[in-house]
Amino acid sequence: MARGGFRVPPGRRGGAGPGGADNLLRKCRGRWLGSRIVADQPLIYARGLVKRFGEFTAVDGIDLDVAPGEAFGFLGPNGAGKSSTMRMIGCVSTPTAGELRILGMDAVHDGPRIRARLGVCPQLDNLDPDLTVRENLVTYARYFGLSRAESRRRADELLEFVQLGDRAGGKVEPLSGGMKRRLTIARAMVNDPDLVLLDEPTTGLDPQARHLLWERLFRLKQRGTTLVLTTHYMDEAEQLCDRLVVMDGGRIVAEGSPRSLIETYSTAEVVELRFPGMPEAGPRHAAALEGVGKRVDPLPDRVLVYVDDGDAALAEVHRRGLEPSSVLVRRSTLEDVFLHLTGRTLVD
Amino acid sequence: MAVTHGVHPTIAVLERHLTLYRRLWQASVFSSFVLPVLFLLSIGIGVGGYIGRVQGVDYLSWIVPGVLASTAFQIAVGESTYSVLGDFKWVRAYHAMRATPVEPMDMVRGHLLYLVFRVAIAVVAFLVVVVFFGGLHSPWALVTPLVCALLTVSVAAPVTAFAATIDHDSYFSLVFRLVALPSTLFAGVFFPVEQLTPVLRPLAYASPLWHAVELCRAATLGRATAWPVPAHVGYLLVWAAAGLFLAVRAFRRRLED
Repeated sequence: MARGGFRVPPGRRGGAGPGGADNLLRKCRGRWLGSRIVADQPLIYARGLVKRFGEFTAVDGIDLDVAPGEAFGFLGPNGAGKSSTMRMIGCVSTPTAGELRILGMDAVHDGPRIRARLGVCPQLDNLDPDLTVRENLVTYARYFGLSRAESRRRADELLEFVQLGDRAGGKVEPLSGGMKRRLTIARAMVNDPDLVLLDEPTTGLDPQARHLLWERLFRLKQRGTTLVLTTHYMDEAEQLCDRLVVMDGGRIVAEGSPRSLIETYSTAEVVELRFPGMPEAGPRHAAALEGVGKRVDPLPDRVLVYVDDGDAALAEVHRRGLEPSSVLVRRSTLEDVFLHLTGRTLVD
Repeated sequence: MAVTHGVHPTIAVLERHLTLYRRLWQASVFSSFVLPVLFLLSIGIGVGGYIGRVQGVDYLSWIVPGVLASTAFQIAVGESTYSVLGDFKWVRAYHAMRATPVEPMDMVRGHLLYLVFRVAIAVVAFLVVVVFFGGLHSPWALVTPLVCALLTVSVAAPVTAFAATIDHDSYFSLVFRLVALPSTLFAGVFFPVEQLTPVLRPLAYASPLWHAVELCRAATLGRATAWPVPAHVGYLLVWAAAGLFLAVRAFRRRLED
């Protein structure tokens, strides 16, 4: 994987966007340099990071570099070690071995100072159900030492940002899952963090709530906030991440931008074919499809054919006299990358 | 850095408890304010009418310091059980704090400060009522809130440590039945511990409540304590210090991993 060095996030390359690179530079001078973060230092730096729980190794020696302004993702199935890694980055779990530096500080010894500058959206909601929406934010802001006036100002501003302004005085309990998630994200932003950690931010949300949340997170990204998120949804990783690592069994099995991962580990398009008599007939059809594309993957319910040109491949399928019951030609996704790397699907 | 360091994390934790209390205080009015006065009326005046004088004073005046200290004791124990476990297990408020600069020490201190505040209000309200019944006999009565504050920490800290260690709330009934209730009944609140058989007396001496009752009684009646004052205070301080140590350790362990 790429090591060290100040990486310009892909979204900002070549001064893309209105003054993107300028803004970043200004931020580096005005803020990060002023508080010991040197521009050529990654926000997250890990080497040989290990976390064991008794006999079980959750994280098995990973290396990471996350640059300021980047949106970085951990993609992997449940139990891949994503959350354990996030908890170590959030300085609430001590690494068993390896080196971990966050914002240029040592994760083990500078916990409180690092946490003062992180925003954390945990996997399990831990909002205060007996406080109002606004009180949840104000109370949390005080944990960071913000003055009362500043806490209230931030709370109101963030409630507008996550579109919960009209719920400010209401209780947390009646909020929908998506609203609670947005409130948790607002809470994570209350200390104006240098780094925001989101552990499966949209797990359990309905599609509409997910899209609303993605849109808010995309805004944060545009404002230059460094985002680190875990997900087992490949569409989420594609939507939000400039760069990601694919984790499996506590290890990093691939690293890159969504596009480069697809280019490296998959083909441009995928033809999905369903045949009568699946899954038993799967291997037979897979054998008959040999050579149609670069790779053929028989799954229990369908056969995937990895190709550069879907339509040409489909013509070849018909020329060979195969008669699938249904056909889908689509772009390659990170799901295909994951399948190729691990032999398994992301969501079991 | 945008963060301005205006408030100590311990105070921020205390503020959370106070914000919650402002919302839920009605629920505690009966147990904190009404119940002690009912005790005073029924046992102090009702039962006291049959008893007459105990250790040279009317029974009402004799049990006032006992009810006072046991009110603090009840709040300290009661508010350190379900609410502490709940903030780990159900609300996960301590996990939320853990992601901020707030340290386990701040969480424990904020909780204990909140209880001291709760006890201070209850105790002062009770003292005001008692004045009208002529239950206070010495200006030293003014130090009883301090004694009750110390008792609160020495009882709430170890109970908090226990609550942060267990995983199921059924253990609390052990605390209430085997520790809190016997303490209230036998630690000199309603009758002098000298009435207990010598075999049981050390149990009363072991309870922090008895030491606080002794100190409060000496203060409201204006007389000497059973043991030297530093011994009573020292004993309570030992419980407070040990409890604080255990509670912080329990919080740290529970929030790690």
